[in-house]
Amino acid sequence: MTPHFLTVEALKKVYPASGEKSNPPVFEDIHFHIEKGEFICIVGHSGCGKTTILNVLAGLEEASAGNVIMDGREVKGPSLDRGVVFQGHALMPWMTVLANVAFAVSSKWPDWPKDKVREHCTRFLTMVGLGHALDKKPAELSGGMKQRVGIARAFAIQPKMLLLDEPFGALDALTRGTIQDELLKIVQATHQTVFMITHDVDEAILLADKILLMSNGPGARIAEIVEVTMARSRTRAGIHHDPQYYKIRNHLVDFLVNRSETYSGAEAEMFHDSKNPPLVQPGLEGERAPVFTLTTEKGISQALHAKHAINQ
Amino acid sequence: MKSESIKAALLSVIIFLTFIGAWYIATLPRDNGPVSTADAEYAALMGKGAEKSGGFPAPGKVGQAFVEHLADPFYDKGPNDKGIGIQLAHSLGRVGLGFLLATLVAIPVGFAIGMSPLLFKAFNPFIQVLKPISPLAWMPLALYSLKDSSVSGIFVIFICSVWPMLINTAFGVASVRRDWINVARTLEVRPLRKAFLVILPAAAPTILTGMRISMGIAWLVIVAAEMLVGGTGIGYFVWNEWNNLALPNVIFAVVMIGVVGMLLDLAFGSLQKLVTYRE
Repeated sequence: MTPHFLTVEALKKVYPASGEKSNPPVFEDIHFHIEKGEFICIVGHSGCGKTTILNVLAGLEEASAGNVIMDGREVKGPSLDRGVVFQGHALMPWMTVLANVAFAVSSKWPDWPKDKVREHCTRFLTMVGLGHALDKKPAELSGGMKQRVGIARAFAIQPKMLLLDEPFGALDALTRGTIQDELLKIVQATHQTVFMITHDVDEAILLADKILLMSNGPGARIAEIVEVTMARSRTRAGIHHDPQYYKIRNHLVDFLVNRSETYSGAEAEMFHDSKNPPLVQPGLEGERAPVFTLTTEKGISQALHAKHAINQ
Repeated sequence: MKSESIKAALLSVIIFLTFIGAWYIATLPRDNGPVSTADAEYAALMGKGAEKSGGFPAPGKVGQAFVEHLADPFYDKGPNDKGIGIQLAHSLGRVGLGFLLATLVAIPVGFAIGMSPLLFKAFNPFIQVLKPISPLAWMPLALYSLKDSSVSGIFVIFICSVWPMLINTAFGVASVRRDWINVARTLEVRPLRKAFLVILPAAAPTILTGMRISMGIAWLVIVAAEMLVGGTGIGYFVWNEWNNLALPNVIFAVVMIGVVGMLLDLAFGSLQKLVTYRE
């Protein structure tokens, strides 16, 4: 087995029930891996445990079973190796923008002198277009600017992996677009490994190399992995001219609207192999014939499964 | 906005003048016919003579007391005759000391209780039982075990200030936004740094509210405590002047208590403003 940068094995989460009977697991049998420099998005309906998975990767929450291995080491508890951008910006309102980022930077490099910390923070804040707002308090910033500070804070500690929990969920469409562009630029420049939750299909296609599709909870699994086969040098303005774009988009929307339900339950038991969820490339699909990488002995069942899914 | 505050100030002045006016009219010397001889004799016996008018002092009398006391607030002519400034300083000293001790205990303990649900559950019954006890109820125990009236006063202030601060600190610390704690966790911030740079500033407004409440209670309690303990202080002054039946002085002291209490509250209010953050 080739060592992946990050491997998630048999992850499962059950929340303790209040009464006598036990809760069904939110998700179980989650297997996936991430290579260095990859941008992974995870898409699924509310309640399938996306945020929980991200928190487990971050080390903020413990899974009920399974484990996460990053860079050869098991993830146990939070670490400076993984930067997190939270759903709400999570800036400390009593600190200025600069102080917020400096707090992170001096946590990572406690020995750095003040000047160096300041210079480093300023560089990252300038990168997200906030060079002019260093001494403002978060309350004086718009929602989009706050989220940018959050992104700068996560990038500034130069983590091995970046975890983004629906970072643009609370923003209006215009602001979201601008920040997506910025994120895209930064990620393309830094080759940062990213794991991101999103509800926005277009956002996922724009940013991701691979999109993990989750079936509905409880008992959610990774139903399939969609590879975004378009060239990485995408732009928000040009992406929808790519012939692959609508194929991928239709595939994703189709999944979310029609198929996410059927992936759990008896059918999933029969056809689905959670350890190797089918990898599909809808962008390269000709006449709706999916391309598979049949690397395992389970490949045939995958093919069967996919056919079934398509015929629906 | 500005014109409104001018109007409000004007209205305040009118209310004040109305009050003084009503007071003046209510205390006008009434002609109740000839004073009976028995009363006159009694008055002479008491050494007050005809000057004793009886009844509530008129505003003029009280104003006179104000002028006299404020003209020389720091004189000291023996144990029973000290200027109002000295009396207030004694009270403020006791309150300050008791309050400081309470802060030193309540904030660290509150921090610990707020951080640990286990400690919170363990401490909670004691806090709930001790909190509603009137601070003056501790007085006999304090006097017996501390054997010093002045120290007992400080103890009473301590015990009454400790609860609001403790509870507010615990509450403030326990309800720091999960997100901020998570940020600190993902940054592997050391516990002490986390306590001082994240939790303390996040909980500071709540803690300061507790301190403000405590200070208010302490200032209420010190007057009563000093009436019991005696010796010095504004509470003792009130009691002493009551025994002298010098009501103008009592009224003067009452107003002073109010003014100082207001100043204390204002001070804590501005401290609170200093640590409050806008989200």
